[in-house]
Amino acid sequence: MSIKSRSQRQELAMLLPAVIFLIALIVVPFALSIWFSFTDQRLVPRPIPTKVIGFTNYLRMFDDPLFWQAIWNTVLFALLVVPFQLAISLGAALILNAAIPFRSVFRAIAILPLLLPMTVIVAIWAVLFRIPNGPLNAAYQWFAGSGNYVDWIGNPSTAMVSIVVLSAWATFPYQMLIYLAGLQDIPQDLYEAAKLDGAKSWQRFRYVTWPGLRNVNIFLLIITTIGALKLFTQVNILTKGGPNGATTTIIQYLFQQGYATQKVGYASAVAVFFFLAVTAIALLQRRFLKNEGEA
Amino acid sequence: MADVRFSSVRKGYGAVEVIPELDLTIEDGSFTVLVGPSGCGKSTLLRMIAGLEEVTAGTITIGGEDVTHRDPSERGIAMVFQSYALYPHMTVADNIGFGLKLSGLPKDEVAKRVADAAAILQLDKLLERKPRQLSGGQRQRVAIGRAIVRKPKVFLFDEPLSNLDAALRAQMRVELAELHTRIGATMVYVTHDQVEAMTMADRIVVLNGGRIEQAGAPMDLYRAPATPFVAGFIGSPRMNFLEGQAAKALGGDLVGIRPEHLDISAASGLWQGRLRHAEHLGSETLSYVDVEGVGSMTVKTEGEVSVAPNQLVYLSPREGQLHVFNAGKRTSI
Ligand SMILES: Nc1ncnc2c1ncn2[C@@H]1O[C@H](COP(=O)(O)OP(=O)(O)O)[C@@H](O)[C@H]1O
Ligand SMILES: [Mg+2]
Repeated sequence: MSIKSRSQRQELAMLLPAVIFLIALIVVPFALSIWFSFTDQRLVPRPIPTKVIGFTNYLRMFDDPLFWQAIWNTVLFALLVVPFQLAISLGAALILNAAIPFRSVFRAIAILPLLLPMTVIVAIWAVLFRIPNGPLNAAYQWFAGSGNYVDWIGNPSTAMVSIVVLSAWATFPYQMLIYLAGLQDIPQDLYEAAKLDGAKSWQRFRYVTWPGLRNVNIFLLIITTIGALKLFTQVNILTKGGPNGATTTIIQYLFQQGYATQKVGYASAVAVFFFLAVTAIALLQRRFLKNEGEA
Repeated sequence: MADVRFSSVRKGYGAVEVIPELDLTIEDGSFTVLVGPSGCGKSTLLRMIAGLEEVTAGTITIGGEDVTHRDPSERGIAMVFQSYALYPHMTVADNIGFGLKLSGLPKDEVAKRVADAAAILQLDKLLERKPRQLSGGQRQRVAIGRAIVRKPKVFLFDEPLSNLDAALRAQMRVELAELHTRIGATMVYVTHDQVEAMTMADRIVVLNGGRIEQAGAPMDLYRAPATPFVAGFIGSPRMNFLEGQAAKALGGDLVGIRPEHLDISAASGLWQGRLRHAEHLGSETLSYVDVEGVGSMTVKTEGEVSVAPNQLVYLSPREGQLHVFNAGKRTSI
């Protein structure tokens, strides 16, 4: 009894530094956000003291059509980018995992986007998207005839898809590397056993590779979804949420409210809502996928 | 008819020649064990029969049909892997029936054949479990079950028992031998363990560096090993070897004598030595004797032997039990 509690005390003492960091860096700011969300706190303090205003920020937020548009845009972005990005990551991982010539060269090339800051990537794509004669429009003119062009990021009907493609390209190598590690974890014997059982290559994928990647898939689905819900940099540089709110995301909205219009209390309410929503989605995904596998 | 025939088969990985030209016939219905030290090419041979490894040159026939370039699933073979290679997310029943399902057999027929195989292997109660919920021995049975449902002409085993503990290994040896008697199909079994080879095989092929040292019935290999390698590999404890003057005196450049064919005596004998250590196993005694001009010799004697360490003893080979080799070949009959 006393031995146990002593060793427990020791364990707690060893955890302490990490706990302090967590409290200082995560818990305190988060608690502050919750507090601010119930006040009319401004970015630059005014002579009038900050007041507690109850749920006013939340009520105003739920009344703002732009807030709902930001949610819809964010959800749409996640629904589009997650399957698309995971599919190209898995495809690239399968190719790089096969015994192709110059595999290590291709591997190095494939992870290049990871080495570039997002701002640089966006700058590159801004050139690609340029009108009327950027590279993408040059390609488009091959099919549509000269003189035609698409305003990829300026047109509400293509802006979101353009952001999706850019974002997937910018970060797919991360998922690809994790898929590669997952593929290499699948024992070679299983593929050989499947060959002996008469499985064709797509059946080996269906019955060996895909189930073997189950945990990797769950992990990547959650991580990629959270990443997608945080979409900001691309939008902020490229479209500022436009055109006409077509690419305003929650974080973009939060940023506008917190900095551009200085309403920190209001932005905190958005942040708290965002945090709760992301946590709920991640928990639901986990729950759902776990049960499905266990059954 | 399902004999397996290698004709002038060679196998190399890049510039490394693993199997130099090899000819071998594995008789229909036999239990043939390929045995040899690690890295001698046993698995490579087995995997070439299975079609998991391409031959570099030569042909392989199964039951008279050239299968050299056929898909693994179209060779009429089944294989049991050392790791068992069970599909981790499938139940035991699905593991066993997977190949049948892929071949398009109707569901109820698959279920029936899975149930039959499960009955033979006492897996009936485990059919709905996943592999991770099974013990090593049970996994082994599932792997064998997966092989027998396919009714193959040839079974291939790659060190299937090496992940089991000693007691289970002994039990599975018996079960596999009984399975062979019951099914009667050709079985090719790879192991580095000469005990497994001696106990299970009706024919042993001893491999060394990708070459066949000797092939024959277990007792023939024991009685008349063709090369010093086979002499040293088959039999436990290992055969004693005499070189130099001591060997020359007996008519060879190398002479072998098995520990169980030496008599130990305190009075007289061919070689004189000093007992270094004795192991008493009850049913037998192993004596380690330092013989002058020969080196250390092991003697295996039935029952108890009362000898003390450092005691002066005499050793004599039994009549007709010397294995005489000249230039790496057996010259005694
Ligand atoms: N894929 C491979 N590439 C290169 N060398 C290999 C490969 N597979 C096996 N070898 C070599 O071939 C030899 C025989 O291997 P193997 O048949 O696995 O031996 P065993 O099963 O008798 O232990 C070994 O020297 C091994 O290093
Ligand atoms: Mg091997």
